[in-house]
Amino acid sequence: MAKAKVVVLGGGVGGTFVANKLAKHSDKVDVTVVDATGVHHYQPGLLYVPFGWEQPEKLRHDERKLLKPSAQLIKAVVERIEPDKRQLQLLNDGTINYDYLVIATGSCPIPDEIPGLSEGGHHFYTEPAAVSLREALSKFEGGRIVVGIAGFPYKCPPAPIEFTLLLDDWLRQKNLRDKTEIVFVTPLPQAFSIPTVTPLVEELFARKGIKIETFFNTESVDPQNRKVLSLEGMELDYELLILIPPHKGSPVIIASGLGDKGGWVPTDKFTLQVKGQERIFAIGDATDLPVSKSGAAAHFEAPILAQNLLHLIEGKEPIAKYDGSVMCFVEAGEGKATVLRFNYERPPQPPKPSSWWRWLKALMNRFYPVAVPKGIAPDVFLAMLQGKFAEFQPFCGSDLMKGLTQNKNS
Amino acid sequence: MEAQVKADKVVDARGAQCPGPLVELIRAIKEVPVGSIVEVWTQEPRTKEDAKAWCQRSGHEFIGAFPADGYERVLVRKMK
Repeated sequence: MAKAKVVVLGGGVGGTFVANKLAKHSDKVDVTVVDATGVHHYQPGLLYVPFGWEQPEKLRHDERKLLKPSAQLIKAVVERIEPDKRQLQLLNDGTINYDYLVIATGSCPIPDEIPGLSEGGHHFYTEPAAVSLREALSKFEGGRIVVGIAGFPYKCPPAPIEFTLLLDDWLRQKNLRDKTEIVFVTPLPQAFSIPTVTPLVEELFARKGIKIETFFNTESVDPQNRKVLSLEGMELDYELLILIPPHKGSPVIIASGLGDKGGWVPTDKFTLQVKGQERIFAIGDATDLPVSKSGAAAHFEAPILAQNLLHLIEGKEPIAKYDGSVMCFVEAGEGKATVLRFNYERPPQPPKPSSWWRWLKALMNRFYPVAVPKGIAPDVFLAMLQGKFAEFQPFCGSDLMKGLTQNKNS
Repeated sequence: MEAQVKADKVVDARGAQCPGPLVELIRAIKEVPVGSIVEVWTQEPRTKEDAKAWCQRSGHEFIGAFPADGYERVLVRKMK
């Protein structure tokens, strides 16, 4: 039997992970990743760049080195997906054919969705934005910082919370906290989108004197007068504005007519097959799944998607089911973190923040370039650590552990 | 009687989890002219209270939430 040609469009977390899962079956499939740059950005690390606790160049990885040798990599910009012809139309007039396609095109922050936000606001969701924010923070001398969420959807839902708590830490280190008011704004009626996590976030914010403005749907920003205005009629002056823009799906999805009005690919929430497209699957942020847009979800989707795709190639039904699993470590400030583990049915019950979870988060950030080529998912990683290194837990507040996790913070 | 109010825009947010239906409602209110009625279909029990609270904050009129076949119709009139 001829090998099936599987093309994975996008070399982010989901695309790379699923390509490596499929590449283990090189007797059945030829796997090709098509990526515009061939550079893999470890986006969770951008959280630390504005504070100078991480260097952007360390977050860039050569996609070729993250892929298993049997997976091919083509650097090309795809203009359109043409399902009827089973091909990708490239920007430079070429085409790439496939038997099966995996859409892993991610999501894009769109500051221009809100008038004035590009000119007046900062964020940290791309490398240039994070570097620009680092420069703005280095010049900051006090005043009001308005930080939060400008609109939905956006990827990595806890990241604005984490950033705000780390910002509080950073301001204290710089002896600027007494001169600074932090106001967290959100379109939601509470501080966080998941009700079981909200009390913890609100308690942390209250303890650190961070004010929360709920039902703040950012309507526009006035950069000249340094004001941000909400749909609800509120106006806030700011010295520094840090707002996560609403996101959209990738331009290639929109150009191909494969997305909904936000550019998200309608995807079966269990099998990860694209609705109405038997030979196309989707993973990660690109989908319209009712889970967080984050690598933490894509990690768990990849093995299910690979299994279903292999079944389909073998003429079987794609019966493996993604249960909505997500696991992510969440910075809580003061060298502590918590963990969110949840799925479609079970909401997260975050444990009390501790240096243990913070240590695991830092370790996972370092471990990532090793885990991806080996196809190790975060739950396996966590189980390994808990099983093998649980004896370290009592020492997590020790100088040794602080040295491992906080050396960049000093 | 208010259950019979005719909406100018209907948004089907059935299946969306919180905060999806509320976000869809707010997005729709931004798009319609003043005086228009937006109706959101939701299966999230919290949408009704969230929409009511948002209307109090934003100055729009919360018309009501009415049961339908396996979902709720939440109606809001844009006031400004």
